[in-house]
Amino acid sequence: MPQIAQLAETWSSQIFWMLIFFGFIFFVIGRGMVPKVMATVETRDRQIASDLAAAEAARAAADAEEEAWRAQANRQRAEAQALIAKAKLEAAQASETRLAKANTKLDAKLAEAEAQIAQARSGALKEIEKVAAEAAGDIVTRVAGLTVDAKAATAAVKEALNG
Amino acid sequence: MAETAKVDPMHQFTIEPMFGTDHWQIAGYNIAFTNSSLWMALAAVAVLIFVAGGMKRELVPGRWQMAVEGFTGFIDNLLAANIGPAGKKYVPYIFSLFMFILFANVLGLMPLGLVGVHPFTFTSHFTATGVLAVMSFAIVLIVGFWKHKLHFFSLFIPHGTPLVMIPLIFAIELVSFLVRPFSLGLRLFVAMMAGHVLLEVLSGFVINGFNAGLGIGPVVSVLSFALMIAICALEILVAGIQAYVFALLTSLYLNDAENLH
Repeated sequence: MPQIAQLAETWSSQIFWMLIFFGFIFFVIGRGMVPKVMATVETRDRQIASDLAAAEAARAAADAEEEAWRAQANRQRAEAQALIAKAKLEAAQASETRLAKANTKLDAKLAEAEAQIAQARSGALKEIEKVAAEAAGDIVTRVAGLTVDAKAATAAVKEALNG
Repeated sequence: MAETAKVDPMHQFTIEPMFGTDHWQIAGYNIAFTNSSLWMALAAVAVLIFVAGGMKRELVPGRWQMAVEGFTGFIDNLLAANIGPAGKKYVPYIFSLFMFILFANVLGLMPLGLVGVHPFTFTSHFTATGVLAVMSFAIVLIVGFWKHKLHFFSLFIPHGTPLVMIPLIFAIELVSFLVRPFSLGLRLFVAMMAGHVLLEVLSGFVINGFNAGLGIGPVVSVLSFALMIAICALEILVAGIQAYVFALLTSLYLNDAENLH
């Protein structure tokens, strides 16, 4: 077993070089480089954490923005609806008054037309009476050979027509 | 040569001085640069290259940077879990320990014999692992007595020990505490050595089996070879686990020093 057989000759060299190289690793790598590596990791972790926080804040801001926008949209929609309702009401009222005006005008026209019709009818009746009286006189002259007085004929026709 | 082929499973652990054998001395102690020292240097350089590759410090890490940050994060988590916030300051030490042992173990398993280089696993020498173990234990002692002064001895008296039991428990706990550096260093040394010896013994079976000619020999060889492949995988696992265990136990001992119980 060389570890024991060579102990006397090699132990000092082993310990010396072990201390030298472990010292090198400890001071140069362990003390010099490892803290920098770990600082890098820490910086990255902090960066990630702050980025996440920023993202979270941005999300919250976006949510608030959206909420505000939604509220505004709702208000505007309500305003628009009110405006529409008002316009509808006004339009309905306007059309009603115009309808009423047109109605009265129509009524007046109707009345006038009815009056004209009545007048025309009475005119026509008079004409008919006259024609009927003449026709009756003619008929009487032809059938009976009598000459009937126009006045008497008219009276008779009037009597017959009006019952 | 074929008939006399004999694999000495222990030969791989021989330390061969490379230079400075005669005149490199400190206060009379020889500090020759050996193959063991060479592989310590290689492990150190490998760790240096590995960590340096992860020093780009980019916000979005590449694969290499990710790997290095994975290791530092692993050690950081280990210490945070075992010691708490006070463990942060031990990250450089535990990281150095873990990476040095891990790279040493893995480098020692590299099949570099194929290209004529013989890997040397210095973690299979208790002189090397002992240095690390004693260092860890010394840090535990220094931190413990620095932070808690003589109150550190209360570590050896668990809570709720009956008064009459205190001397006995104290003695037992003290012994188990003092054994720590030995168990720490020997565990790594034994695990690495056992694996390498096993591989070497099996490779001896493979060679001798084929040399024995037709018969049962080649069967043994093939079976041994299959076993070697499996054990190679196991050894890679052991290389990682032993490095982890060393780092984990050191952090547990540091926890005792930091927080007592």
